[in-house]
Amino acid sequence: MVDRHGITGTCERKGWRVVTSTQLTKDTGYTEWTDTELMTISAARALEFVTSCFVGVGIPSTAAITAQRILNPDLILIYESGTIGSRPDKIPLSIGDGALCDSAISTVSVPEMFNYWLQPGRIDTGLLGAAQVDRFGNLNSTVIGDEYRLPKVRLPGAGGAPEIASSCEEVTVIIKHSRKAFPEKVDFITSVGHGRDMSVRGALGFAGQGPVRVITDLGVLEMSEEHGELILAAIHPGVTVETIAQATGWDLIISPNLVVTPEPTQIELDTLRQLIMYSSTR
Amino acid sequence: MVNKSAAVDFMTLEEAIATHVQDGNSVALEGFTHAIPFSAGKEIIRQGRKDLELIRMTPDLIYDMLIGAGCARRLVFSWGGNPGAGSLYRFRDAVENEWPVPLELEEHTHAVMANRYVAGASGIPFAVLRAYRGTDLPEYTENTKIIMCPFTGEELLAVAALKPDVTIIHAQQADRKGNIHLWGILGAQREALLCARTAIVTVEEIVDEIELKPGGVVIPSLAIDVVCVVPGGAHPSYAYGYYDRDNSEYLDWINHSQDREAFEQWLIDTELREPVNAKAGE
Repeated sequence: MVDRHGITGTCERKGWRVVTSTQLTKDTGYTEWTDTELMTISAARALEFVTSCFVGVGIPSTAAITAQRILNPDLILIYESGTIGSRPDKIPLSIGDGALCDSAISTVSVPEMFNYWLQPGRIDTGLLGAAQVDRFGNLNSTVIGDEYRLPKVRLPGAGGAPEIASSCEEVTVIIKHSRKAFPEKVDFITSVGHGRDMSVRGALGFAGQGPVRVITDLGVLEMSEEHGELILAAIHPGVTVETIAQATGWDLIISPNLVVTPEPTQIELDTLRQLIMYSSTR
Repeated sequence: MVNKSAAVDFMTLEEAIATHVQDGNSVALEGFTHAIPFSAGKEIIRQGRKDLELIRMTPDLIYDMLIGAGCARRLVFSWGGNPGAGSLYRFRDAVENEWPVPLELEEHTHAVMANRYVAGASGIPFAVLRAYRGTDLPEYTENTKIIMCPFTGEELLAVAALKPDVTIIHAQQADRKGNIHLWGILGAQREALLCARTAIVTVEEIVDEIELKPGGVVIPSLAIDVVCVVPGGAHPSYAYGYYDRDNSEYLDWINHSQDREAFEQWLIDTELREPVNAKAGE
C-alpha cells in the first residue's frame, strides 16, 4: 500500500488531482499504460485548478486538451499564435491550426499576445517542453554542444518559451527522462529557471515562480525552496528511485515525502486515447 | 522612406519578385502558421536570388526551402522547427555544416521579434519589453540592448526596429483598389508589412467589395505597393476560409529535406531548378 498522505497537501496546493485508493480500485480498469500516457496524464492533472494555461505544441497541448475535457472544463487555453480560450476538437499539429481559431473566445495578433496578455502576468501556468532541463530548472531549446556557432545539434530555438517562463505565475515542464535531457547544467539557457545558482530569479524581479515542477515519463521533480534545486517528489508506478537517479545528470535529492504517482484512471486513459486516435484519423 | 502612395500595382508574382526582390535584399515573408506566402518563396527560389537576409519569426518549411536552395546568407528568426513534425533539416545542415553556404544567424524570442516589427511599423528606432534577463541569448545575438526605464529605474530590453527591404504576406482577399482583407490567425503580418520599404501581398482572390469577416482586418491600400492574385498561394500552410493546412505535406517534408540529394531532386521535380543537363543545353 502506497502512502499518499505526503503528497495530498502538495497536490491540493499545487493543483494536482488526488486519487484516493478507493477511487483507484473503482476507476482503474486498465492494468497497462505507456510511460508517455502517464506523463501526459500527470501533466493534465497539474492543470485541474488553474484558470489559464499558455500551451506549447506536442505533449503539452495533448495534456492541456485532456485536462479541459475531464478535469477542468473551464480551463482557458492560450496558444502563442494568438488564440485565447480555444476548445480544440483534436490535437493541433501546429500552434496556429485553424481548429484553434474556430473555437477561440478571441484571436489576437502575435504582438498583442505577448505584450498585452503574457507580459503583464495575466496567465497562470505555462506548459513547456524542452530538450534539456537542469537542476535549477533552466531550459534549453537552442543548441546541444559547447559551440553555439557550430553546435552538435541545432534545435528550433526560443519561440515563446523564455517569456512564458518569466511571465506566467508558474511553469510546468514536460520532458522525457534521460541523462542527456537532465544535465547538471544545460548547454544553453534559453528559458531561465533559477539561473546558474538559485539567486538569479529574485534578483531579476520576475513576476512568476518559474518552473515549479518537471513531469517526466518516470516521475515528477519539484522545485524545493529548502534545497534550492529540483528534487524527486514522485515516482510513477513500477519505477524505482534508482532508475530515476541513473537517468539524471546530477545527484538527485529525494523528497522525504516521496510518493508514487496515482495510477491513471479509466476515464483519463479513455479520454487521452480517444483524443489521440481522433486526431490521427483526420 | 514610408510609401505614401495610394496606388497599388497589380502584377503577376513572377513580375513582382523580378521587380522588387534583388540579390542581397532583406526580405520578410511573414505569416504565423496561417497564410504563409509559400508561392512567393518558391518564386524567389525559381528566380535564383542569392545573399538574402531572411527575416521571419518561424522559418517553417518556406525558409527551409530557401536556405537549402542557397538563397540566404543570413537568418533573423525566433523558432526554426517543423511544427509538430521535428527538425528543419536544410536549416540544420546550413548551421551545423555550412551547406550549401554558411548561414549567419540572429536569433531572438517571439516576443522580441514581434516587438521589433512593431517598432518598424511605428517608425521609431526601437521597442521596449521585459525579456532575455538571465538567459544566454544576449551573448549570442545582436540588436538588443539593456536600458533603464526613465520613470521606474527598471532594467528593460530595447530591441531595434526591423526594416526589411521587402515584406511579402498572403491574405484571403483584396479589392480592386488594393485594400487587403485578412482574417483568422493574424500573426505579426500587419506589423511586418508596415515596416517594409516595399509591401507585397499575394491573395486568394479579388473581390468587388470587402465584406468584413468576424475577427477580420482590412489593411488599407495606403500601406500596400503590390498585389498578386495567387490562389492556393499559402499551401501547404492554409488560408482560413479557403483551404486547410496540408498536414501530410508538412509531415512528408522530412522525405524531401533530410538529405541533400533528396532535396536537390525535390527542387528539380517541383521545377524550381532546372536539371544540370538541361542547363548545359542537352
